[in-house]
Amino acid sequence: MDRVGSKNRKSTIALLKNGMIQWWKDNLGIIIAFLVLCLILSINPITQNSFLTSKNIFNVLRQISTNLFLACGMTMVIILGGIDLSVGSIIALSGCLAAGAVVRYNLPLGVALLVGVLFGLVIGIFNGIVISKTTIPPFIVTLATMNIAKGLAYVYTGGSPVRVVTKEWQFIGAGYIGAVPTPVVILIIVFIVTAIIMNRTKMGRYLYAVGGNAQAAEFSGIKVSRVKFFAYAYSGLMAGLAGIVLASRMYSGQPTAGEGAEMDAIAAVVVGGTSMSGGYGKIGGTLIGGLIIGVLNNGLNLLNVNSFWQYVVKGAVILLAVFIDYIRQENKDKIKIR
Amino acid sequence: MDTNVLLQMKNIHKTFPGVYALKAVDFELRAGEVHAILGENGAGKSTLIKVLGGIYTADQGEIYIEGKKVDIKSVKDAQENGIAIIHQELVLAPYMTVAENIFLGREPMKGKFVNTTKMYEDAQELIDIYGVNIDAKTLVRNLTIAQQQMVEIIKAISYNSKILVMDEPTSSISDKEVKFLFEIMRTLTAKGVGIIYISHRMSELAEVCDRVTVMRDGSCIGTKVVKETTNDELISMMVGRELKNYYTRDYQEDGEVILKCENISDHKMVKSASFEVKKGEIVGFAGLVGAGRSELMKCIFGLTKRFSGDIYIEGKKVEIKSPYDAIKHGIALVPEDRKAEGLFLVQSVRFNTTIEVLNEFIKGIAVNRQKEDEITQEYIDLMSTKTPSMEQPIEKLSGGNQQKVMIGRWLATSPKILILDEPTRGIDVGAKSEIYAIMNNLVKSGMSIIMISSEMPEIINMSDRIYVMCDGKITGCLGHEEVTQEKIMKLAVK
Repeated sequence: MDRVGSKNRKSTIALLKNGMIQWWKDNLGIIIAFLVLCLILSINPITQNSFLTSKNIFNVLRQISTNLFLACGMTMVIILGGIDLSVGSIIALSGCLAAGAVVRYNLPLGVALLVGVLFGLVIGIFNGIVISKTTIPPFIVTLATMNIAKGLAYVYTGGSPVRVVTKEWQFIGAGYIGAVPTPVVILIIVFIVTAIIMNRTKMGRYLYAVGGNAQAAEFSGIKVSRVKFFAYAYSGLMAGLAGIVLASRMYSGQPTAGEGAEMDAIAAVVVGGTSMSGGYGKIGGTLIGGLIIGVLNNGLNLLNVNSFWQYVVKGAVILLAVFIDYIRQENKDKIKIR
Repeated sequence: MDTNVLLQMKNIHKTFPGVYALKAVDFELRAGEVHAILGENGAGKSTLIKVLGGIYTADQGEIYIEGKKVDIKSVKDAQENGIAIIHQELVLAPYMTVAENIFLGREPMKGKFVNTTKMYEDAQELIDIYGVNIDAKTLVRNLTIAQQQMVEIIKAISYNSKILVMDEPTSSISDKEVKFLFEIMRTLTAKGVGIIYISHRMSELAEVCDRVTVMRDGSCIGTKVVKETTNDELISMMVGRELKNYYTRDYQEDGEVILKCENISDHKMVKSASFEVKKGEIVGFAGLVGAGRSELMKCIFGLTKRFSGDIYIEGKKVEIKSPYDAIKHGIALVPEDRKAEGLFLVQSVRFNTTIEVLNEFIKGIAVNRQKEDEITQEYIDLMSTKTPSMEQPIEKLSGGNQQKVMIGRWLATSPKILILDEPTRGIDVGAKSEIYAIMNNLVKSGMSIIMISSEMPEIINMSDRIYVMCDGKITGCLGHEEVTQEKIMKLAVK
């Protein structure tokens, strides 16, 4: 038994190593892009003193955590060949509900946060049921729930932020565990969980199968509707989590929070190399995609770029990243034909 | 040369990678005649039509229209030369009106705008000439299939086409509508239009066709005047090919009945089909394309949600509502269309092999990759699949090797009944022979195989018994001692 155990452990380490090498190879293009971006910011005279400080790095990680929570769910949904537009609005709704639970009903903090997360899950489940039981396109379904969730957040708050000014409230968004910001710790956990689901479970395989060829998946006895349901429910859950973390960081639940967040999440996934047509992509790429967008935002701020221009630069970078990937794919295909 | 000749195709050759699709084909169409082309699936009928319609370009050969040599390199060339093709699948825009469809791309104009009044008037006039009862303002999606076909024909005629090709026009319309279609065809031929008519239904030939050309294996076997020939003669022309010697088959004694299906109907393509399969036998399902064979198997495999009839496995009645149920009951189905229904193209050979047996090596979040590799290697060896590694994306393998991975995937589920739908379509001769040998070994080890095949020699040489289907019904069952191609054909075109 012992020998088998140690063999397994050894092979686990070997697998991890192989996994890292594979990750490095798969994402070489965007990893280099990311490193170049960091290099530019750390030698640029304006930013060299501010960029590579632990304060700034943690700051960036804290900022991108919201986006990466969403991107974890979004990666699954996009690999499935779908899209989830409702996540930005879920951020607003779950943040407001959690803040309201504390301020209006004096519920304990833990319960309030749970309420926020669960409401995200509920909307995700609703998306999942409609998308898996009908043939209405996910774009339309989640466009509808995006508006519903946003509307509910406004109705619930009357349009103004629900402020919470307690030290405990701030913990999950603005606090620290040891020297590391809490949202970064949560992010690491969420990432590991997502990576495990995608790489080590049957559900993970099914995501790729259904996204790659839904008809073949059905022929293979995979319960396609169950897989779709899972992905959208997971995406909703992630959005709920992002909502409470953001509300905590902003000391309030705001109905305007998370506006356009779904687009940043999609951008992170796509820059990370996941195919919008489904069936192909890796969560490890999404991590880099999210980092690039986060560091880019941070760098543009540090460089004092006009915030109007920041949008233009961000858009250009997204296009460039996807374009490089497109060129690489084209070359691969050419080799294949020969 | 006969002045009456409208179209002449001379010495047409066409090859695809690995396939000689047309070999020195000569074909002639006279003005005012309906000329049928007959042949088995894969005989080259549709390739010939596609060459005429400009979808494919012939490698060699000449086309003459009314004695003049023409160059047809595109669909537009064909149209300009007065050739119109009505394909089996209709290609009208469903959310546009009948008139808009007829005049699509050449709308009558008034200045910069479409002259709608004129368009509807002209369209209605055209429709009325043929006595069709359709309003030009109806949306196409509200028409029946037969009516849509009429619209297609009218559209084709409105280009002033001299040559009209109809690819199985009667396959999806009712008998009454067929009669009406024939009347329209007679009106057209009276005006001097030549019609090329492709159909599997022998009974229609005598009714509407003047001459018939039989094709087999990419060659023209001969042209006959319909009134001077018999169905038997045509059938023997269609099938009379030599059988190749690469089948492996050891027949065994009858086993007990393992699968019994009674009165299976899907209320569309399959009509009250009953059959049984014994342990250790290969049961063939023959018939022409569209006879309902694949649809019958989809019922048994749980892919059709609404079907009636009873399925018994080893004497016990079972409920099959989804492929998941079917797999649980020991049924496996390797589908006809590998790319659309089977393969996960961007994924590896390993992913494609093990997707149905994940339970054997994934427990919760513990993945035994070694076990997964072992399973994959087992089926690569069993099927002698040629692949550089198990990481290889399956899209980079040849058709034959892809098919081997597909069969391996299903064998991994240890089925009792293996359904193979056109198992050797589009794969090379060597791989075919290997697949036959594997099938023989599988039934020797006690598995039962149902094989749908449109390839006559294959189904005759591999099957213990052959069910023949036509129009959704099982029209007969032939044992391997008595079966001949002629007998199958007779049952398939009943």
